[in-house]
Amino acid sequence: MTMQIADSVSLSASDSKARAHAAAARNNLRTEPRAVRIIIITLALLFLTVFVVLPLVVVFAQAFSRGILAYFAALAEPEAMAAIKLTLIVAAISVGLNLVFGLVAAWAIAKFEFPGKTFLITLIDLPFSVSPVISGLVFVLLFGAQGYFGSWLREHDIQILFAVPGIALATTFVTFPFVARALIPLMQEQGTQEEEAAISLGASGLQTFFRVTLPNIKWGVLYGVLLCNARAMGEFGAVSVVSGHIRGETNTMPLLVEILYNEYQFVAAFAIASLLAMLALITLIAKTVLERQLDEGQDASDH
Amino acid sequence: MTIEVKNLVKKFGSFAALDGVDLKVNDGELLALLGPSGSGKTTLLRIIAGLDWPDSGEVSFNGEDALAQGARERHVGFVFQHYALFRHMTVFENVAFGLRVQPRAVRKDEAAIRSRVKELLDLVQLDWLADRYPSQLSGGQRQRIALARALAIEPRILLLDEPFGALDAKVRKELRKWLRSLHHEIHVTSIFVTHDQEEALEVANRVVVMDKGRIEQIGSPDDVYDNPATAFVHGFIGESIVLPIQIGDGAIRLGDRQLDLAADGLAPGASKLFVRRHDMLVGPPGSGAFEGAVQHVRNFGPVQRAEVALSGGETIEIDAPRDKELRAGDTIGLNPRRYRIFAG
Repeated sequence: MTMQIADSVSLSASDSKARAHAAAARNNLRTEPRAVRIIIITLALLFLTVFVVLPLVVVFAQAFSRGILAYFAALAEPEAMAAIKLTLIVAAISVGLNLVFGLVAAWAIAKFEFPGKTFLITLIDLPFSVSPVISGLVFVLLFGAQGYFGSWLREHDIQILFAVPGIALATTFVTFPFVARALIPLMQEQGTQEEEAAISLGASGLQTFFRVTLPNIKWGVLYGVLLCNARAMGEFGAVSVVSGHIRGETNTMPLLVEILYNEYQFVAAFAIASLLAMLALITLIAKTVLERQLDEGQDASDH
Repeated sequence: MTIEVKNLVKKFGSFAALDGVDLKVNDGELLALLGPSGSGKTTLLRIIAGLDWPDSGEVSFNGEDALAQGARERHVGFVFQHYALFRHMTVFENVAFGLRVQPRAVRKDEAAIRSRVKELLDLVQLDWLADRYPSQLSGGQRQRIALARALAIEPRILLLDEPFGALDAKVRKELRKWLRSLHHEIHVTSIFVTHDQEEALEVANRVVVMDKGRIEQIGSPDDVYDNPATAFVHGFIGESIVLPIQIGDGAIRLGDRQLDLAADGLAPGASKLFVRRHDMLVGPPGSGAFEGAVQHVRNFGPVQRAEVALSGGETIEIDAPRDKELRAGDTIGLNPRRYRIFAG
């Protein structure tokens, strides 16, 4: 017994010696003089501070510049409340739609072979490569008074542009790739064998989807939804074109921030901006957690 | 359950994976589909399972058309090469899956499902792993769980696609024996695909040898080894010496040497002579059909393997018993105890 303990002690001692050697070897590889290293690191930190940390601090500093009461008063304004509500509604609609579309598209692309597949993959990426302003303009061309469906819509008294449906449509278009993009590589890597096994065991298509496919991609789905949501809430360009900027009705949070800022209402503008900044921070944290989960899933399947 | 396959054709683009396959599998049989990769054996298995569809041909189970049914209705147990276990489910839930997805009208209650799964895990001797996830199991354990999962639905037919392909040699051997005894126990009509001839010959009642989408030979393991029907089968099963020969004027020639072998009934022209290594008997010079000089001798367990340069110009490897004295530089006579000649 004592022998064993002695053994393990000496083992760990040599172990730590080996580690020290490895660290020394690593240090030797860094041939840059200390001064150069310090300068490079300082530059990187400076850059990060000026371009990332400082803006974030300024947003919150400005938001609270007249005190915490002014901050909450700005958020409680009917206009602000309406913008927050609209943003949440639009995000819910577009995330919901893109969850369904993204799942269907990823499923089709990853699990089946069909002509035109490459074209479909390219098409899914279209919203990423097109400027959001143009994405918005497309909907004006389709549903505007002079647009293709304009007169028909007027006859049936359906309001799409300058109303919630138009904003939701534009946002959905702009955020379409997120869920599909997150899922396609994941589903392609997992292949179709588990689904084939499920079907040969007597499962129906729906049972296979809900019991086998979905549980295997749940972290990927959450990841896609998270990014989709962040973009949906923050979208400015496309929404700006189709919204019409009707105060208290068709202004989302990003639009309201701009309007308030242009009217020199800095506290109100930055109070709403601070909400968007917080959304970004929460998204970042959740993203890190989800990425870890996805990596673990990958490791487990590697064994 | 008997399976009958008639004139099955399946093309992937211009590549014919199956090129007119006819096969009859008897009730309770353990059949091996043996062939190199790309020979169409896995495609045949997947079509029988309903995971792929043929371009033309028929598949019937007990005389009824199987192609009219999807994979779901066919009630076929399929074991995948890479196991395809559900990675997010425990071993227990993997095995229970087939029972849980049954239509409500015929589904067993929870207690019955539990006892059935327990029974299957006992059968594959892994009941102690019930709460683990597939990623925590070894390859051999995963394969046995995959088998238990396939057996849970009491399949009419059991299909195994390269069941031991991804395992190391020692585990393969154990699982082979185990599969044989398991089949003996449950007696379900089974087909397994393999590219490993030893596996096919050791496990199966009958072996189907395939190449390029066609069946080359169907027979018992002894049959395909001792009486190969085609040059491909002779070359693929067991190690063969292949010599290019010329037949003409009632004689067989290797290079410019006339061989002392009967040429009766053989078509004239270029042919190939196939001999097993251990069927080349060593004798004194001038005693056999061939003559050659020994180049190297190495010992392989019970046999010694000698490289011999034949006087016809070819160099071959033969297996001789260890008690036969062979040394590099010796000139020896060689007589094929049994051999086959195939045109081409």
